[in-house]
Amino acid sequence: MKLLRFFTAGNVDDGKSTLIGRLLYDSNCVATDILETLTTQSKSRGSDTEIDLAMLTDGLRAEREQGITIDVAYKYFTTSQRKFIIADTPGHIQYTRNMFTGASSAELAIILIDARNGITDQTKRHSILSSILGMPHVVVCINKMDLVNYSETIYNELENTYTIFAKQIGLKKISFIPVSALVGDNVVKASEKMLWYSGPTLLEFLETVEITEEQGIAASRFQVQYVIRPQTKELHDYRGFSGKVLSGSYKKGQRVLILPSGQESQIEKIEINQQEVKEAGLNSPIVLHLKDDIDISRGNSIVSLNNLPQMEKEITATICWMDNQAFIPGQKLLLQQNSFRTRAVIKEVVSKIDIHSFTELESDGSMKLNDISKVLIRTSEIITYDSYTQNRRTGSFILINENTNNTVAAGIL
Amino acid sequence: MVVGEQRQKRMWITQLNKIKYLPYKHDKQMNKNLDYLDELESEAIYILREVAGQFDKPALLFSGGKDSICLVHLALKAFRPGKFPFPLVHIDTGHNFPEVLTYRDQLAFKLEEKLIVRNVEDTIKKKQLQDAKGKFPSRNGLQTFTLLDVIEEFGFDACIGGARRDEEKARAKERIFSIRDEFGQWNPKLQRPELWDVYNGKINKGENVRVFPISNWTELDVWNYIKRERINLPSIYFTHSRECVVTGSGQLLCTNEFLSLDDTDIQVTKNVRYRTVGDMTCTAAIESEAFEIDDIINEIKLARISERGATRLDDKVSEAAMEDRKKGGYF
Repeated sequence: MKLLRFFTAGNVDDGKSTLIGRLLYDSNCVATDILETLTTQSKSRGSDTEIDLAMLTDGLRAEREQGITIDVAYKYFTTSQRKFIIADTPGHIQYTRNMFTGASSAELAIILIDARNGITDQTKRHSILSSILGMPHVVVCINKMDLVNYSETIYNELENTYTIFAKQIGLKKISFIPVSALVGDNVVKASEKMLWYSGPTLLEFLETVEITEEQGIAASRFQVQYVIRPQTKELHDYRGFSGKVLSGSYKKGQRVLILPSGQESQIEKIEINQQEVKEAGLNSPIVLHLKDDIDISRGNSIVSLNNLPQMEKEITATICWMDNQAFIPGQKLLLQQNSFRTRAVIKEVVSKIDIHSFTELESDGSMKLNDISKVLIRTSEIITYDSYTQNRRTGSFILINENTNNTVAAGIL
Repeated sequence: MVVGEQRQKRMWITQLNKIKYLPYKHDKQMNKNLDYLDELESEAIYILREVAGQFDKPALLFSGGKDSICLVHLALKAFRPGKFPFPLVHIDTGHNFPEVLTYRDQLAFKLEEKLIVRNVEDTIKKKQLQDAKGKFPSRNGLQTFTLLDVIEEFGFDACIGGARRDEEKARAKERIFSIRDEFGQWNPKLQRPELWDVYNGKINKGENVRVFPISNWTELDVWNYIKRERINLPSIYFTHSRECVVTGSGQLLCTNEFLSLDDTDIQVTKNVRYRTVGDMTCTAAIESEAFEIDDIINEIKLARISERGATRLDDKVSEAAMEDRKKGGYF
């Protein structure tokens, strides 16, 4: 059984939370006491349906009171086929920042379209963001079909229009499903009202969609998180480099390069939970031992000799500004990529990406909350990286304000 | 006194003797259906190592419950053959189950890891706090004072805990690295975005971080993991006979010296087990015949009541009870 992480995007009233509520409810993943609480709460707030499914995901008091989603909420459910982790991201004001967050760990995006309103500016923005973030799969749910008489014509029109748009912005794998989250059509149970649709329900789709493990066949990437040195009598010389395999795999005896120092060595031993293994694949939490005694510390990379990563002190990246406080030129920043951290400064805001039209605009040098820009960054230490399209793990980073310590931006290389 | 305590103790000692802290064989074929656990495990180990790499003075908050026992197990996988880069810290409310305290001491002893225990009782005396009152006195709120004191005493900059997002609505929104101000307060509206595998543990003076490595695990995941890894637990998680009092809402609370009971209270002896481990005064038992882990897993699969809903008296107070406690510095 595999794990699938996905996120949902849509307008405030497109029924995202209702859709997730429906998935959980119809797949019997809501406990009775929570349902009871919801029923009483829904009634006291005058909700017109029996239970307001959206309230399953709205966790904070302000959200329940105002009927909006403030922050990314994580929900879990399991069927006989898969375990799912859902990042429910809000559709309003801070959507860009939250979508970036929700999408960063997801393998699939669900984009909701209200069948009555068609493709709106928000739909376009969410799709463009999904494209920028290289989402492996996008499922477009045409929602509220019950309010358009389950019309096949409307559905087909939307599918055609969106397909053309998706091509323009470079989205690859797209699927369409007509649903009504409120009534439950095609979410978990196949709709009896839309016999013209022969595809899978949303849940069937989520259970069977192929999860790409492209990162598994990519070049070998590993970053040292922590050096294990017991320094006891028996283990006096034990020096293990702990971390997880970010992509590719590592074998005993393999020749490797330590970056950024550039020294070459050979893998003497790979351990997982103190057991020696011959080979370790994607995500394995390993401890590496090298033949040679080389000075290696946290944040250093150990990579295979072929297919080397890039190494620079000056990088061009696409970043999303996430802080309420706007960017100040010359501002002291820290760049963190997995366990690697270095001082950094944004030398130039090259251009601003208009997420309404997916075009690059001339920048006036400013960046404020939710802005997506192309920037030139100078780091104090050499950063070892791959392009994001090749490797999501080594092609992404965050920027930290050295003064407030807040995460102020997320970037892809 | 608790009925069958002797029998329980015997059971407990036999169980304890069976505990092996040697690493188990990493065998992916053991159960193909549980391979998603590898992913959850890898994520948790990664987070623990990030804590070790980013902080000067971390601590692992150990309650003796199954979630923190899993954390200890994950820490073994993350850092052995080295020592843990943090001590285990237990806030003893004074209302803990004796079985859990014994387990705690034995575990720290066997692992040869440092255990720091601080008592809520002492904080109450020192700070002249009002002790919990009422029929079922809960020291849950008072626990926060002791926790903040121990953080200050040792200067901990990161506290690892076993909270999970599936437990409660407010927790579903909390980050894996959750920043607390110098009063231990959580500000849900000012959370740092958390992306990819990048955890920002930078803090200002006085602040500290609560780290939740098993955020993405559900109750069932934890039990499946305990089964797969053959982790031993305190005996109260399994069925045993116990004298209980029936609360107003029909929950079963074990009879203990901290409750103020009167003649009107209905006392019964039942076969029960605990689904979560908290204080004796506010953690309800559930009727169960679950003798081993498989029984528990089946029970949870069939259970239609959530973990906290079934067992916690303290969350019933209001819709936002947990949110409020977290804002106040609670775990």
